[in-house]
Formats: sequence, C-alpha cells, structure tokens
Amino acid sequence: MLILAIDTSAVASAALVSDDAMEGVVGNFSTEDTRSHAEVLAPGINRMLAEAGVTGSDIDAIVTGVGPGPFTGLRSGIATARTLAFVWQKPLYGMMSLDAVALEVAESTVAAPEFIVATDARRKEVYWARYTLEEGQLPQLVDGPHVGFAVDVPGVPAYGAGAGLYPDALQANPDFSFEQPDALYLGQFALARLAAGGELPDSTPLYLRESDAQVPGPRKRAL
Amino acid sequence: MNANEPLVLGIESSCDETGVGIVRGTSLLSNTVSSSMEEHVRFGGVIPEIASRAHLDALVPTLQQSLAEAGVTLEEVDAVAVTAGPGLAGALMVGVCAAKALAVATGKPLYAINHLVAHVGVGVLQADGERAGVLPQNLGALLVSGGHTEILRIKSITDDVEMLGSTIDDAAGEAYDKVARLLGLGYPGGPAIDRLARTGNAKAIRFPRGLTQPKYMGTAEEPGPHRYDWSFSGLKTAVARCVEQFEARGEPVPVADVAAAFQEAVVDVITSKAVLACRENGITSLLLGGGVAANSRLRQLTRERCSAAGITLHVPPMDLCTDNGAMVAALGAQLMMAGIGPSGIAFAPDSSMPVTTISA
Ligand SMILES: [Zn+2]
Repeated sequence: MLILAIDTSAVASAALVSDDAMEGVVGNFSTEDTRSHAEVLAPGINRMLAEAGVTGSDIDAIVTGVGPGPFTGLRSGIATARTLAFVWQKPLYGMMSLDAVALEVAESTVAAPEFIVATDARRKEVYWARYTLEEGQLPQLVDGPHVGFAVDVPGVPAYGAGAGLYPDALQANPDFSFEQPDALYLGQFALARLAAGGELPDSTPLYLRESDAQVPGPRKRAL
Repeated sequence: MNANEPLVLGIESSCDETGVGIVRGTSLLSNTVSSSMEEHVRFGGVIPEIASRAHLDALVPTLQQSLAEAGVTLEEVDAVAVTAGPGLAGALMVGVCAAKALAVATGKPLYAINHLVAHVGVGVLQADGERAGVLPQNLGALLVSGGHTEILRIKSITDDVEMLGSTIDDAAGEAYDKVARLLGLGYPGGPAIDRLARTGNAKAIRFPRGLTQPKYMGTAEEPGPHRYDWSFSGLKTAVARCVEQFEARGEPVPVADVAAAFQEAVVDVITSKAVLACRENGITSLLLGGGVAANSRLRQLTRERCSAAGITLHVPPMDLCTDNGAMVAALGAQLMMAGIGPSGIAFAPDSSMPVTTISA
C-alpha cells in the first residue's frame, strides 16, 4: 500500500510511504518555514512524485494532517489533499498532526512511558496532547488535542517545538525542542493503523479555536 | 488543445464566494458559486476566518458541480486559472492551493490571475450562438463591491491595464454595510439601503462627497493627489453623527431619508469621478462590475452620466458582476489565446496584487 501524506500544521511537508519499501519511505520533503506553505507545497509534492517515479494512479490513499495548527497554513495542506484525492479518485483520511511527533518520540531512545507533544499555537499558547507508550506498541492518545498556555499543561516529559519554546513551564526534551509534525511520520502512523485493521478519521480540520469574530453589540444611542 | 478556443477552468476565492467557472474561448459553459454570505450576517460584515473555513469545505463540491454543469471532464480542460490576488490572504490561499493541486494532479498549465482584471474579463463572454466576444476599444472599468472601488483603463486585457483611481479607505459596499448596521437594516447593506432609499427623499439631508475639494482634485492639466480617488469613511461618520443628532433631540430618525441621502452621496461621487476619469483619459466604453453593480441607483446614474458624456455603458448579467470563477476562466482563456505563458506552481498569493500584474 502506497500512501501520500501531507502535513502543514506547522512546517510544510509531504511523504510517500509504503509497506513494500525499505524502511517504508519512498520519498519525502519538508521545509523549515512555517509561513510559505502555499508557495512550496505543490512544487515539493510535484518534485517528490517525479523523483520517486510515482504517478497518481500508483497511490492507494491520501492522508492529511488535520491539525491542530495555525489556520491558514493548516488549510493549505488540507485543500491540497482534498483536491488531489478528488482528481485521482483516491480515499482521503485525516490524522491528528501531533501524532507525527508522538510516533517519532516512540521510535527514539529518549521516549518516556507517558508524555506530552506540544507545538506552537502562537499568541503565547501551545497545541498539546498527552500520550502513553507501551513497549512495542503505537503511542496511545489519552488526552487532547488542546490549545492553552504552557503552564497549564500536565507535568510529564514534553516533546516538540512547542515544548522547546517554553522550557521553564514544560519538561522539554532538548532532543525534540525544535521538532515539528512531519508528514513522513504521519504517513507511517497511518499505514501502521490501517495495517492493524484500524480506522482513520476524515479530513475535517481541528481548529480548536473559534474564528475570533465578535457579534457586534447594539449601537450605543446618543443620550 | 484548440489554441483558438481553449477550455479553461477558473477558481475564485478572494472574498466570501467560492466560485468555479468553465469557459471555452469566449463561451461560458458553467459558473458555479457557493457563498458563505449567510454565515457573516450576524457579524454585519465578512469575517475573513469564517470565509476561509467555508472556502475549504465548498471547494471540491463546487468544482465537481461546475464540471458536471459544463459537461466536461478534467482531462479535456486545457488550463486552470485561479485568483492570486488582490483579496483576503487566508481566503486566497485556499483557492490557490486547490488550483495548484489540480495542476499537479492533471499536469495542466496554471495561470495565477488578477481578480480585478478578471472582473473586466467577463466582458468577452458571450452566450451560446452569439459571435465571439471582443472587448471594445478605449475601454474603462468601474468596479464597485464590498471589497473594492476602482476605475481602470484597459488598453489590452492581456498586457496593459492601469489603475486610474480607487478608494483610499473603505470600499463602497463596505460603507453600505456599515451604514445599514447604523440604521438597523441588517446585512448585506446594499440591497436593504437600495430598497428603503426608494421611499426616502435624497435631498432631505446633504452628506459629504469625499475627496472632491479642489486640493484633492486639482485640474485636468495639473491633477491633485486624489483626482479619481474615493473616500467613504468620512461619509460613514457623517451619517453616524446625523443619526445621533436626531436621537439627541429625541426625534425619530427619518431612516428612509438618511438611506436615500447616503446612497445619493455614494452614487453621485462614484459616477461623477468615474465619468471624469473616462473623459480625461479617452475612455469611450465603460464596463460596470462588482456586486454593487446590482444597485438600482448606481446603474441609473451611471447610465445617465455616461450617456451625457457620450460613453457606452456595458453592464454584464449580475451573476457575472459579483465574484465568480467564470471571470477567472475568461481571463485565463484570453491570456492563453494571446500566447502568454502559464505562471507555474511556485507563485505566492498576493493580497495586494497590483492591476498592472495581470497574471503572475
Ligand atoms: Zn470582486
């Protein structure tokens, strides 16, 4: 099974993962920039497909990170994934973006049995979720995702760029202090879940915050 | 591909309408629009984040419907065109990403189109059976909507468009929305004020016409800094003050008269400056575009003043005046037919794209 995974919840990234390929990776790319997704994503996917010699008909499913993440960037990946799935007539799934970092933690040597993944939510807040990990298992989401201040996040080891931003409030792991959700891990997580007979949610974005719009109150009358 | 009549699919998402339109050369095949207008009603104006969320959910269904209505498949399409600006940044991003994904998935060329010039592009569209559309010589365009108020000169729609004047603050449609809210008339303000104004006396109150003083206007020989520009924020303040004065005196607000007088101030200054810009720039044909083109008084006064000045006025059907994907497709087809190359897939949406950039 060949999956095209896309995530733009923080940086822009895409990957081709397959259970037939060595290490599961057919191709991948990611940027460091968190603000130019609309420019870099399509060329990155195009190049990755060309380099891997993969066309739309080779792909079995598309997986998109559904956040949480800054809205405009997040939507660029979902809009891209939905359109590709429509044109190629492929099934489309969503994955919670923090799962990408959770899997990366689980595969590392510094993993704790219970941990937080946090990313930058701007406005001095973080997006976070809590996971548990058992030997030889996929990380298990037990709480979240949420958005809030770092000081309000439970006190267990914390991984990801959101933890790195607030080392005083979070038990940030220095190895993961700049780590962002990457489509490569998201695709691998999706592949593992599907292989285990699990189901994946749809591509509805997890905004977690309202649109900030204020319903105007009644106009103050003179006198 | 037929180089004379390319099949182009256009995507528009610069404000609150998600539009996908398909044209073949200068023939309109489909024009599908999904609007999030209803979701903005309780806020009294377009909320960018709400519009962007709606675009994301409407895009693929609108695309699907537009293809079905045109009776064409994506394989048959020769090129994709998309609004790259100007507009709301987050809203533009959704259409641009979808259009780029279309280009990646189909391998078709992609044109990144200027929204304002696309409004003029509908001028070439012809209903079935009519002769192929050609834009008139010495063409100007007056675009009035909730997002923009501009007068353009179009020497060539594919390579020579110039902004003669524009609003320096609120768009005219925005002023309508704010005044409608002030008068308790709801959203969108344009139709509500237009309706009520018919029963009011426009001469009962005199509201200011922004940027009409000599220091802004100058003369034809020595134009002032804002000869063809508009400003509506002072007008909105004047209406608010007027309403407050009635209330302070304990008198009922003559809502119909205020609406009529406000509308007259907007329409008078728009049309007088537009016609002045036409006369002084050799424009003999004027195309009216944008959602406010639906306003009965604007159409009437523009027609009168154009006719007095010997200018031929063109008003496209309303569904082509408001934001839509067909206009984007129409301009894309013009660019292709003129032999202008596509934009590629690496361009960035530009929320303040100048009209001199017709495609990126
Ligand atoms: Zn417009």
